[in-house]
Amino acid sequence: MNESLFINIVIGISIASVPLIFAAIGELLVERSGVLNLGVEGMMIVGALLGFVVMSHTQNSYLAVLAAMVGGMAIASIFAFLTQFLLTNQVATGLALTLFGLGFAAFAGRGYTEETIQLITAVPIPYLSDIPYLGPLLFSFNPLVYLAFFMVYLVWWFLFKTKQGLILRAIGDNHDAAHAIGHNVVRYRVMAILFGGAMAGIGGAFLSLVQVPIWGEGMTAGRGWIALGLVVFASWQPFRIIFGAILFGGITILQIHAQGLNINVSAQYLSMLPYLATIVILVSLRMRLKNKTNRTVPNCLGRIFHSTT
Amino acid sequence: MIKLIPRVENSTLMVLLSPLLALTLTALSAYLIFIFVLVDIPVSSVFFTLFVEPLIDSYYFSELLVKAAPLMIIGLGLSIGFRAGIWNIGAEGQYVMGGIAGSAVGLYFYNVEALWLLPLMTIAGILGGMFYAGIAAFLRIKYQVNEILVTLMLTYVAVLFLSAMLQGPLRNPSGFNFPESRIFHDSAMLPIIWEGTRLHIGLIVAIILSFVAWFGIKKHMFGMQIKISGSAPRAAKFAGFDDNKTVWYSLLISGGLAGLAGLFEAAGPAGQLTPGLPQFYGFTAIIVAFLARLHPVGVLFSALLIALSYVGGENVQIEYNLPSSITQIFQGMLLFYFLACDILIKYKVILFKT
Repeated sequence: MNESLFINIVIGISIASVPLIFAAIGELLVERSGVLNLGVEGMMIVGALLGFVVMSHTQNSYLAVLAAMVGGMAIASIFAFLTQFLLTNQVATGLALTLFGLGFAAFAGRGYTEETIQLITAVPIPYLSDIPYLGPLLFSFNPLVYLAFFMVYLVWWFLFKTKQGLILRAIGDNHDAAHAIGHNVVRYRVMAILFGGAMAGIGGAFLSLVQVPIWGEGMTAGRGWIALGLVVFASWQPFRIIFGAILFGGITILQIHAQGLNINVSAQYLSMLPYLATIVILVSLRMRLKNKTNRTVPNCLGRIFHSTT
Repeated sequence: MIKLIPRVENSTLMVLLSPLLALTLTALSAYLIFIFVLVDIPVSSVFFTLFVEPLIDSYYFSELLVKAAPLMIIGLGLSIGFRAGIWNIGAEGQYVMGGIAGSAVGLYFYNVEALWLLPLMTIAGILGGMFYAGIAAFLRIKYQVNEILVTLMLTYVAVLFLSAMLQGPLRNPSGFNFPESRIFHDSAMLPIIWEGTRLHIGLIVAIILSFVAWFGIKKHMFGMQIKISGSAPRAAKFAGFDDNKTVWYSLLISGGLAGLAGLFEAAGPAGQLTPGLPQFYGFTAIIVAFLARLHPVGVLFSALLIALSYVGGENVQIEYNLPSSITQIFQGMLLFYFLACDILIKYKVILFKT
């Protein structure tokens, strides 16, 4: 294998896995607080749309990414309000969020399907990127790629190295006990949900601002759902998200390269790979944990909290 | 500030009022959104096209019933599974697989004119959907893999599989390479029950099935079992209910019904297998099931309501050149409000000043 092909594959994998890292690390924090938000797909598509729209009007990539975050948070706040204040079923509300997000994005984005924008391109770090081999492999990425990895670190640091992180995990494991010792369960959860929305928003924007310069209805194509699978795969451990996302990125790139190499399989069957891989990976995880319960699952995941006092 | 006080007993008044309140709030919000978004179109006439025209025009009304039939059938299956706490979210995939399996049988016997053909296709459709949902049941029981994710992933796979089939074995040999199957001949098509429209026997099947399910749940032990498994899993265990059985039945019933709906769509309004088979019915049926509060007969009414938004959405698309995604926004909002209003059943809401 020649060197440039190898580097291209590494870059391709990173580009394909970053949206999943963003969406999954956000959802991981949400689930650690005991909330199951199935609206990731909806929040991602809204982020993809808002990022694209702001980019096409302002040509400012900072504003575009910011808009995507705000969009994801805005739609996540509907979920937060319904589940935390009106005590609705989280599964149903999350699904409603996805359906609403897909519909809203298709409706609001109908004037943008013909447009193209300037992609956010990679920014090689001066000097470091000139190092042979290591330079192109480590120091020549899109800034958002670094941000994705940093967010994983940040979430790990928050969850396991700060007092608030400890409280958040306690709330996820036993909201009644956490409430009894005086922690504000709802406030923590609302914050976590909003953070999840912001991350899903950036993840979506990565699709329309970095991967392809266009906007299309349903362009998230199930990545929000794959991100949910990744959280389970990662056993709610932040760093394992990276590993899982790279695995998926690899499968996506494999599929694209296989099509390029004229392998005699219909494109449709190759396109099934990421979805089938999600299932296979979840099954293999369970085979590994056989006869053991997964102790990292937040105990209160998906349960409704209401205090009378 | 708002304070929620739990009620001792669920409020019967609110059980009836909350859906109406949700509907009113949805209509109001839609009205406000339209005023904001549609600058040069009179909002009231859009509303008329969306919600009134499909009810007073006989052709549109027949189309409403055509769209309600698959929603009723899929929603019915989902309502049974959701009661048991089994979240089959990928009914869309089972619908597509049922459509493929049933159509494949119809196309295999392309030259045969016989009375047994349609029943055979129907069975194939049901089995296709059952098989596909069965994968999720198997993985959940054997490996504790979450059925939400499996059924969803399989939905994306099913849509790709449909596309592969239509470019491969099931493509019309004399169809100029269009990714469509041959058009079914008469004995492979569902009988029309309203002359001059596309309304087929599926509607009657849906109504019969929903009453069968209602009696089944009321009279049969299995109804009790899924109800308790969903609301009190520990109690179900103590009662000696077989957990695995609940999972199998819930997924096989909802998958089989989704497959049936898929075959009915292909052998009914479409008359052939096309890439346009998946129309989001599988996802919309989730809303249908919730709006019906998971009641098998309630599903009939909520399916009609959702079908109204489908037909209305198509009409505004044609008349005002608005995107049909209006339908999805409307449906998403309706579910939001519906879930939110249900709080009035279990809690008293008290407003007070801080």
